[in-house]
Amino acid sequence: MTTIILFAPLIGALICGFLWRLIGEQAATWVATGLLFLACLLSWIVFFGFDGETRQIEILRYISSGSLDTYWAIRLDRLTAIMLIVVTTVSALVHLYSMGYMAHDENFREGESYRPRFFAYLSFFTFAMLMLVTADNLVQMFFGWEGVGVASYLLIGFYYRKPSANAAAIKAFVVNRIGDFGFALGIFALFFLVDSIDMDTIFAASPELAQTTVSFLWTDWNAAELCAVLLFIGAMGKSAQVPLHTWLPDAMEGPTPVSALIHAATMVTAGVFLVCRMSPLIEFAPHAKMLIVYVGAITAFFAATVGLVQNDIKRVIAYSTCSQLGYMFVAAGSGVYSVAMFHLFTHAFFKAMLFLGAGSVIHGMHHEQDMRNYGGLRHKMPYTFWAMLIGTLAITGVGIPLTHIGFAGFLSKDAVIESAWGGGNMFAFWALVIAALFTSFYSWRLMFLTFFGEPRGDRHTHEHAHESPMVMVAPLGVLALGAIFAGMIWYGPFFGESERVARFFSIPAAEAAHGEGEEAHAEGEEHATGEAHEEAAAEETGGEAEGEGVVAATEELAEGDAEGAAEAVTDLPGDDPDSEGHHFAFGGAPGDGAIYIGPDNHVIDAAHESPIWVKVSPFVAMLLGLGLAWLAYIRQPSLPKTWAENQAPLHRFLYNKWYFDEIFGWAFVRPASALGRFFWRRGDGNVIDGSINGVAMGFIPFMTRAANRMQSGYLFHYAFAMVIGIAVILTWLTLFGGAN
Amino acid sequence: MIQADLSTIMPEIVLSLYAMAALLGAVYTGKDKVAPLLVWLTSGLMVLLAFWIGNGDGVHTAFGLTFIDDGFARFAKVTILLSAAAVLVMSEGYMARRGLLRFEYPILISLATVGMMVMVSAGDLMTLYMGLELQSLSVYVIASIRRDSPKSTEAGLKYFVLGALSSGLLLYGASLTYGYTGTTTFTGIILAVGSTPSLGLLFGLAFLIAGFAFKVSAAPFHMWTPDVYEGAPTPVTAFLATAPKVAAIGLFARVVHDAFGGIVGEWQQIVAFLSVVSMFLGGVAAIGQTDLKRLMAYSSIAHMGYALMGLASGTAFGVQAMLIYMAIYVTMNIGTFAFILSMEKDGRPVTRIDALNMYSRREPLKALALLILMFSLAGVPPMVGFFGKLYVLRAAIDGGLVWLAIAGMIASVIGAYYYLRIVYLMYFGEEREALDPSGSPVLWGFLVASAAIMVIGVVNLFGIEPIAAAAAGTLVN
Repeated sequence: MTTIILFAPLIGALICGFLWRLIGEQAATWVATGLLFLACLLSWIVFFGFDGETRQIEILRYISSGSLDTYWAIRLDRLTAIMLIVVTTVSALVHLYSMGYMAHDENFREGESYRPRFFAYLSFFTFAMLMLVTADNLVQMFFGWEGVGVASYLLIGFYYRKPSANAAAIKAFVVNRIGDFGFALGIFALFFLVDSIDMDTIFAASPELAQTTVSFLWTDWNAAELCAVLLFIGAMGKSAQVPLHTWLPDAMEGPTPVSALIHAATMVTAGVFLVCRMSPLIEFAPHAKMLIVYVGAITAFFAATVGLVQNDIKRVIAYSTCSQLGYMFVAAGSGVYSVAMFHLFTHAFFKAMLFLGAGSVIHGMHHEQDMRNYGGLRHKMPYTFWAMLIGTLAITGVGIPLTHIGFAGFLSKDAVIESAWGGGNMFAFWALVIAALFTSFYSWRLMFLTFFGEPRGDRHTHEHAHESPMVMVAPLGVLALGAIFAGMIWYGPFFGESERVARFFSIPAAEAAHGEGEEAHAEGEEHATGEAHEEAAAEETGGEAEGEGVVAATEELAEGDAEGAAEAVTDLPGDDPDSEGHHFAFGGAPGDGAIYIGPDNHVIDAAHESPIWVKVSPFVAMLLGLGLAWLAYIRQPSLPKTWAENQAPLHRFLYNKWYFDEIFGWAFVRPASALGRFFWRRGDGNVIDGSINGVAMGFIPFMTRAANRMQSGYLFHYAFAMVIGIAVILTWLTLFGGAN
Repeated sequence: MIQADLSTIMPEIVLSLYAMAALLGAVYTGKDKVAPLLVWLTSGLMVLLAFWIGNGDGVHTAFGLTFIDDGFARFAKVTILLSAAAVLVMSEGYMARRGLLRFEYPILISLATVGMMVMVSAGDLMTLYMGLELQSLSVYVIASIRRDSPKSTEAGLKYFVLGALSSGLLLYGASLTYGYTGTTTFTGIILAVGSTPSLGLLFGLAFLIAGFAFKVSAAPFHMWTPDVYEGAPTPVTAFLATAPKVAAIGLFARVVHDAFGGIVGEWQQIVAFLSVVSMFLGGVAAIGQTDLKRLMAYSSIAHMGYALMGLASGTAFGVQAMLIYMAIYVTMNIGTFAFILSMEKDGRPVTRIDALNMYSRREPLKALALLILMFSLAGVPPMVGFFGKLYVLRAAIDGGLVWLAIAGMIASVIGAYYYLRIVYLMYFGEEREALDPSGSPVLWGFLVASAAIMVIGVVNLFGIEPIAAAAAGTLVN
């Protein structure tokens, strides 16, 4: 079944891309979309039918060269299952949405066929992304990694007549190259150290790697730390973390469905997925984890600040994506990989929805993207308004504090912030709380500017503003369900009690004893593998979850098409009733479960035990942001201008995105292009072309003329040449021949 | 004894008898009217003989070691016979239309072919000269077969005079060799030479090689080639460019290995010199040509340079590479000349290169076939011509002549220019007056077959490699 999921998009891409002339444009796009929905349906079936056992589905022998011997296999575990539904669901909906969004595009001339190309790229992207998430070895993952990079490049530059789109595409490609270089080095390092690129082998070897030192560049490194950092550099590039984030806002030059699929929901989360996938290695690299937390926290904060002042609707959401990715990294770096995945999961829904909603607005407003020219659109576009509202409620984290009831973002973001507290990094915690405030502010600012107030900008455009067709609104509806319920439904498995998380990700338990924590860990490690399964089985009989009825019901609501929903939820036992003071320790060897959490990693428990003010803080931040936004954009619309004037330098600093592009341009781009120009003009132009041209256009024609002059037609010249020839040969023989 | 001798040279006898019988028969019957029949008969016989010879095996000698029938000779003979037959068939239509199809033409070609067969089988300096002269004299006549054309007669005369000079050089070398070794058989010479030859013997060797170099048209003994190629009727040019080249280089290899195999180091330098000069001169001089036949003359000079590169390595693999190169070269040339023969404008033959301007628009298939042949001649992978070059370059490197291999590569870059120029003209040139639409299906067939071989041969070179290796093995041991 996973094989079908993996290859359906590829087949769709091939049919749509190469055969559309035969079957027609409309049919080609429907084939691609239909195959994606098939993949999506099967993914949900796989997700709910998944029993937690990691398994490999071999497809073919991939590489066999020296000691590098590996299969192309699908690695199916909980992480893959989660990513499968994220990727295929969002992709299928984006395909459907694109039917409407791409129907008419003024970037292309009348009668030009661009839609099959677009859908083929989208399907190809989906295939590459699925390759990435199903990879069983690092080279396979790198294949997918580069595949999504190519698809992203092609789609950002889809409007190839726009110079800005081409520039953005190249920028995305080049910036990603830096990250990919790190990733590739990481793979090389792991192969060098472990002599294998298979996940299982690497995971099994990671405790050993933590004891190894390796010499790289100028000094010796801890092998696990080095590999983790190198892989994380790859993740930074793909997931747009500071300072490799600059490509993401520019990538908004692509069509909006692309931004929703690639630059919000799936591709940019590949970095987070990589860190979670490599958790058995990361877990043994505490310094790398710290680096991940800091980078994530800085990105979350930085991007949120920039988002405050942007005017382009898509750029606001892009910076918001960047910021949310920072959240995920903080969670992953804190060692709570499940929460990183949780936020990834919920974020995919509400961020895709925000983008698609923004696309709907842009579509309705005739490709106007500046929010200053919006206003009062909620009557013109009621469905879009409601969808965006739900998305905003989700991203800002609206819910009832201290309960598990709220929009998806409320549960997952709060989980991240609590994890940051639990991880003990106060900088990260406060950065995230402040970022949450900013998130709330810019999200509501977007809402207020777009849908409330008086219509601004071109009157003509406003008069013709219209709601989008059903193919565009329907995907918003489905995503809205995800944005509302995904958090509540899956809170337990991702961020519930440790046992529950462990069971969901098939992590064997080490020791479940009261009080004797430290001692237990020591022996826990040894007999964990043996007893783990029995213990896990024993706990299967846990009591019923309190909110189970509700959960099951909402489940049914949310996923009308997934039959197994209810059963799946029932399978997961509820919270242990006597979990008070109960210390659960994760166990098992690295690579046993979908993620690996070290036996002395109690961040989840610490996060659950965080003080009430910590748990409430993101909610308070959200309310503050909402209030400020309301004040500034509804109550007193002159306020923003006053602020911007009072704090002009600060405003300029934020508006220019902390001058990252300028600094990079000055520090890297200009020197690099100067160097390039030097080699091009001087090295290639003067030296290489000069010498070749000199020979080809000067010397050889000269020789040709000489040779043709010799060919005079006179017999005696010819005879003379023969005599000269024999004379030369005889002279040579006399002087240098063997007779001497 | 004599019976065994005769049976060894039976193919040559059959072809000679046929030639004489045909001469008599034609003289007493319809004279030129039977010429088309003779052409087909001759080529049919040649193909039959090729199969007969191709099926032989073992090493046989006749007439006291003066005639050798071994794998090497058989490989060369099959190539010679098949290419001669192909050229004959191709020339029939062309010659007939221009009133050139005399009955002597196929007969002279058969006699030249007998000469060539004797050349590659020679085991003695006298057999060698006999074969060489039989071939040369026949070809002199064929070159000037168009007696009313000053160009053709000039070509024949030039060829004859210079050929006489080269024969003189060759004979002088032979007599020096005989003088210093006291024998004319190759087996005797190789024993007498030992491994430390006297300078006089080396002079003999040098003169011999000069004679061969003239026959293979290797620079600087190439001067006759462009003029003769241009002046002779095109079918004759096609003949000159194919079978005699194989015979001459076969003879070359035969002598330097069989008679002078003990002093490889001595002749290796001379052959390498000839090779490098030929490759560069062929490449450089062809650039300025405006006539396709002259261009092909220089092209053949350059190609002989590459074939000699294989020989220069002095190894069995080098001979194998040379044989493969020659077989590929002959095939390419037959195809190219089939094309040149089909070039007509208002019923008159055209050989100017710029007549090909935008040829692809009118005859896309033929243009494509010629494109493949040009790429193959230039040595562009994956055409078969590339593998020919690959073999000789490898042979040169294996033989320790890295500088020669590098020179060969540079020369092939220069040479690519004029082949690609033809392709350029055909596909991107300016529209000019059009050539006549092609007529002869025979020529079309040869052109397309040759181009197809250049592409399909990539698979395994039609199994020629082990045969060539076995042939080379009988020569070098």
